[in-house]
Amino acid sequence: MHPPDTTAESHASFEQRRTALGRVQAFLHAYPTMVPVVVLGLSLVAFGLIAGERFFSPFNLSLIMQQVTVIGILAAAQSLVILTAGIDLSVAAIMVLTTVAMGQLAVELGLPAGIAIPLGMAVGIACGTLNGLLVTRLKLPPFIVTLGTWNVFFALNLWISGAQSIRSQAIDAQAPMLKVFGQSFGLFGTQFTFGSILLLAIFGALWYLLNRTAWGRHVYAVGDDKDAAELAGIRTDRVLISVYALAGLVCAVGAWAAIGRLGSISPQSFYEGNLQSITAVVIGGISLFGGRGSIMGALIGALIVGVFQSGLRLAGVDVLWQVFAIGWLIIVAVAIDQWIRKVAS
Amino acid sequence: MSEPVLLARKLTKRYGRVVALDGADFDLYPGEILAVIGDNGAGKSTLIKALSGAVQPDAGEMRLMGEPMLFRSPMEARAAGIETVYQTLALSPALSIADNMFLGREIKKSGPLGRFLGALDRGAMRRIARQKLSELGLMTIQDIDQAVETLSGGQRQGVAVARAAAFGSKVVIMDEPTAALGVKESRRVLDLILEVRARGLPIVLISHNMPHVFEIADRIHVHRLGRRLCVVRPGDVSMSDAVAFMTGAKEPPEALAA
Repeated sequence: MHPPDTTAESHASFEQRRTALGRVQAFLHAYPTMVPVVVLGLSLVAFGLIAGERFFSPFNLSLIMQQVTVIGILAAAQSLVILTAGIDLSVAAIMVLTTVAMGQLAVELGLPAGIAIPLGMAVGIACGTLNGLLVTRLKLPPFIVTLGTWNVFFALNLWISGAQSIRSQAIDAQAPMLKVFGQSFGLFGTQFTFGSILLLAIFGALWYLLNRTAWGRHVYAVGDDKDAAELAGIRTDRVLISVYALAGLVCAVGAWAAIGRLGSISPQSFYEGNLQSITAVVIGGISLFGGRGSIMGALIGALIVGVFQSGLRLAGVDVLWQVFAIGWLIIVAVAIDQWIRKVAS
Repeated sequence: MSEPVLLARKLTKRYGRVVALDGADFDLYPGEILAVIGDNGAGKSTLIKALSGAVQPDAGEMRLMGEPMLFRSPMEARAAGIETVYQTLALSPALSIADNMFLGREIKKSGPLGRFLGALDRGAMRRIARQKLSELGLMTIQDIDQAVETLSGGQRQGVAVARAAAFGSKVVIMDEPTAALGVKESRRVLDLILEVRARGLPIVLISHNMPHVFEIADRIHVHRLGRRLCVVRPGDVSMSDAVAFMTGAKEPPEALAA
């Protein structure tokens, strides 16, 4: 295991000769989010050419934003967990459970929205904290923990809701506040919703936390090498619990946005949200092995999925080819991540 | 001789039926490089873990600058001024050099941004990291924002040593610092250790590499069967004698025995 001597004189010199491909690899290693940025740019150009002006109409672009709002927020929560080298299969289940809880409290029990919404946030935090405690205290793999809690939360959600949806009119009558993120405002021919603004705000806040605070550096360190982080004096279990709890809170905020997006509350909604959030994160260049990638990648990943869906639909392509294309995108994204990480060795 | 900086008496640690430390003594004096050598399983890593707070002994006492100490975690040992450079280095490969140097003790901005939003003072951390590296002659590292995993093994060791020297106010413990390195990189790291000693910090050096130990150590603590067998000076005994003490092939002379 002798690392190569890079130069003759000193070990602290950096003049390494690199091939063109090696330089690309080193660049992407430093800026992993550039891959999804390029993919997003290319797909915008491609669909602009295929689908024509309709694709680039302000209305369509703002529609894409609306369509990715809920999955984008789930992807933000998912990113936090994946950065710690974990995975959270329960994000969508936490979100739907929260929508149902808020709906039951505000609409069925008639509590004011000002109480039902904070209680909903508490439900999300509690679910996330449960995941975090199981991962750290019982030392179970996150995949298994969240596979279990996914089922548990889904069952609770069916029980609380009685498997019944809450109709849009009932929400309007009792707690219109729950649908605030579905409201839109026109701006230069667009139809932006407050949900889209919320999406951007969540990513902005998480970016700040991850990149500009000690807590964020610790999240990366724990995902990168947990033992090293522990030895460096980081209380890794505490960091992990806080990550799962924050992910739960983000899911709960996503629940609020989801009620606005759907208009109604359904215990059966967003059943594929878990996997869609992972898709967005992976396409966004965040490493499933933890510690690498930018949270903004997940936003771009979600937008790429939205752009593919919108572009292929406008081009009149059968929906199955969207699924086909996204599938390949996932595989290519992970392959690129593997390649980038080889810079290290 | 002056008072030991770090002292341990009759340390005992059992793991089930295995006795890792069996009444071990230890003394580190100011400004010295004390090498700790011992065969595999002699209990030297348990001794080091006890001194660095990673393991709590079942019995015995430890003193730092004369004060009794009992560390429940490596964090407490660090807070008391004992820094450890682990064999695994405890660096986060994907984080930058500056991030790694301040991992777990980041500097926040003064003012409301730091107090209420926890904003890091990244400028100050970069500046101090660069300064600490250049103090140890490591400033050929140009980009302080470079990920640690893009550095060579010796450079990584350099970053870990610089971190320990920057924050260790009383003792620096180094576990096998040259084990993973080639000849030239080992050379640089040995120079680095001497540089740290020159700055007045006493160093505990755990190593299997006898030539390295004999070259830079002031005294050598020989650990055998869970306790200190003897302490020798590199000039007084030969390398093969030291190995013979360590493996039990030869008994140390009465005068040296602990």
